[in-house]
Amino acid sequence: MTYNLILAGVGGQGILSIAFVIDQAALAEGLYFLQSEVHGMSQRGGAVQAHLRLSETEIHSPLIPQGEADLILSVEPLEALRYFSYLKPDGVVISSRSPYINIPDYPPVEDIYREIKRAPVSLLVEADKLAKEAGSLRAENMVVLGAASVYLPLREENFKNFISVLFQTKGDKVVNTNLKAFDLGRQAAKGEF
Amino acid sequence: MEKIILLGDEAVALGAIHSGLNAGYSYPGTPASEVMEFLIRQSDGGRKYVAKWCVNEKVAMEEALGASYAGQRAMVSFKHVGLNVAADPFINAAVTGANGGLVVVSADDPGFHSSQNEQDSRYYADFARVLCLEPASHQEAYDLTREAFDLSEKFGLPVMIRLVTRLAHSRAPVVIREAAKKNRDLKYGYSPDWTLLPANARHRYQVLLKLQEQLKDYAEGCLFNRFSPAQNGSRLGVVATGLAFSYFQEIYPRLDFGPAFLKISTYPFPEKKLLELIDQVDEIIVIEEGYPFVERFIRGVAGIPGKIIKGKMDGTIPASGELTPEIVAGALGLSAKTGLSTGNFQLPARPPQLCSGCPHGDTFQALNEALHGYDRANVFSDIGCYTLGALPPYKAIQTCVCMGASVSMAKGGAEAGVYPSVAVIGDSTFTHSGLTPLLDAVYSNTDMTVIILDNGTVAMTGAQPSFGTGEPLDRMLVGLGVNKDHLKVINPLPKNHQLNTGIIREELAYHGLSVIIARRECIQILGDKKRS
Ligand code: SF4
Repeated sequence: MTYNLILAGVGGQGILSIAFVIDQAALAEGLYFLQSEVHGMSQRGGAVQAHLRLSETEIHSPLIPQGEADLILSVEPLEALRYFSYLKPDGVVISSRSPYINIPDYPPVEDIYREIKRAPVSLLVEADKLAKEAGSLRAENMVVLGAASVYLPLREENFKNFISVLFQTKGDKVVNTNLKAFDLGRQAAKGEF
Repeated sequence: MEKIILLGDEAVALGAIHSGLNAGYSYPGTPASEVMEFLIRQSDGGRKYVAKWCVNEKVAMEEALGASYAGQRAMVSFKHVGLNVAADPFINAAVTGANGGLVVVSADDPGFHSSQNEQDSRYYADFARVLCLEPASHQEAYDLTREAFDLSEKFGLPVMIRLVTRLAHSRAPVVIREAAKKNRDLKYGYSPDWTLLPANARHRYQVLLKLQEQLKDYAEGCLFNRFSPAQNGSRLGVVATGLAFSYFQEIYPRLDFGPAFLKISTYPFPEKKLLELIDQVDEIIVIEEGYPFVERFIRGVAGIPGKIIKGKMDGTIPASGELTPEIVAGALGLSAKTGLSTGNFQLPARPPQLCSGCPHGDTFQALNEALHGYDRANVFSDIGCYTLGALPPYKAIQTCVCMGASVSMAKGGAEAGVYPSVAVIGDSTFTHSGLTPLLDAVYSNTDMTVIILDNGTVAMTGAQPSFGTGEPLDRMLVGLGVNKDHLKVINPLPKNHQLNTGIIREELAYHGLSVIIARRECIQILGDKKRS
């Protein structure tokens, strides 16, 4: 079994934090994984993505082949669409609803939602609202991770352990905000399906 | 058996630490920066070993060479174009030879993710006649770095580790081994080998030439080079180097024929093994990241009679860009799967851009306005976040070539009749390679204006320290001989727009060398400081 997932968003939205939590959880569960990411110029407000592959056996290619992603996890709706060609015919798309508009030709957001809903399974999460409820808008990434966690082949407690590890240097308040964001995202996804 | 999660860059860094590294040097550059970031984090504030950012790659290479002469294990790391800057000491270090293990990490960027070209560092290793090791995986990045230090001491030569972006910037678990003891004695004194007077250099070069046979022997026996004969009568042979082998490995189980394959992880590459493969097959496919380095050797001028050779040179694999699983599958005759399509929906691109509130934006606005009305102006620029000023909405700069080139090109432009001739360069790029051309401009009092964007950091690569920022930068400029009357400091904020435009306009009008420092901290590091 290889589980392929694409993390998407805009530079600065915390894609690498999501990757950190999933990587560590995978290692804790004894899985192999390979995760590519983007550094450098694109991190300045450009489209960023990470390919993350989990498997019980060794994986070699750092990139997911087209048409073989099980899930797209996006912190931004337009960015979710950018990687549709990677999605399996029965793939899942989990995306935040809140657009990040920093380009002049950003399409009408309703059109984007409509396109996302063409995926066999899709969920648009109210990430901004739930992040605010958890205590900080910056936690949108953890809301989306929470929603996607329902699908990922990893245990809930491991996500939470490594969210705590990730934010521990920033103090308890930040840790709790992010844990709550994760929970709210997870509940939202469970309520949906 | 301990497994830890590492970026490819970090696997190299940890391999070096576990080899008993004494000193690491670097200049930031994507995709190599994380080698030094990791070394610094693990150095216990420099107590375990020296780990330092340097003013540029040439300096870093030379500092590492100095440490190697002193008998210490040293590593220098940079991006591929950094090797251009360090080329002089790199090539000559191969002639002098190394004393303590000397490892040179050069990270190539196929696909231009964050670079101005796709140059392939393997050519440099070949040019210098040193050994180059190319890992195919994270595990190999760690293992080969450990091997590199031993090899460097065994052969008395620098050894290159070649990385590519996709390995440098991906993460995977790596099994680590017990660290070697750090037991290098400091060696005082000298060897005549290190003074490249022609007589010594001639002698040393003969030594280097003789060593080539030993390097080839090593390549032949090296376990990281792997040959596997054809199965089930297949007449196809695959030659795959470094990370390209990993893409091949992923696809191999899906093939219903069993091609012979040769994995290459060293240069010189194992020629005998390659001949063995060629002998068994009718068709050879060469897969490599970067230039068709091995492919060119195999093809030669006349090809191999009776054999078909495929790769980047006949278009089986695109000549440019990085490899993907689809490209490798396609080269082996497998069709790629297709994913979902977004049909007619027009997906706008989202290129990188300056952060909102970035000081560079304010400087560009003022500069654009100050240049209004001139029709023979040119703004020569440089490498950093501010290169994004070439894009809308600013469209403020017209060149980006290599580190420090803005200042030299502005001088050349001015002397060719460009007016106003403007250079725009960041503080760190300026100390990297802008100081020397500025001295040239001071000497000639060239009619040009240099704008130094002093944001106090190397912002693009993740906020590494800058060597010439703030007050010390001002003193540096005065020390270089810049006329104090035409050395201005502006604070690029929207509220200062009129004032700043006026100052720039005045200096553009001045017929001689002016330097304007646009000083305001990068908002990213400002944010980090506030948060911490
Ligand atoms: S990182 Fe700093 S210098 Fe770079 S665009 Fe952002 S604010 Fe400007």
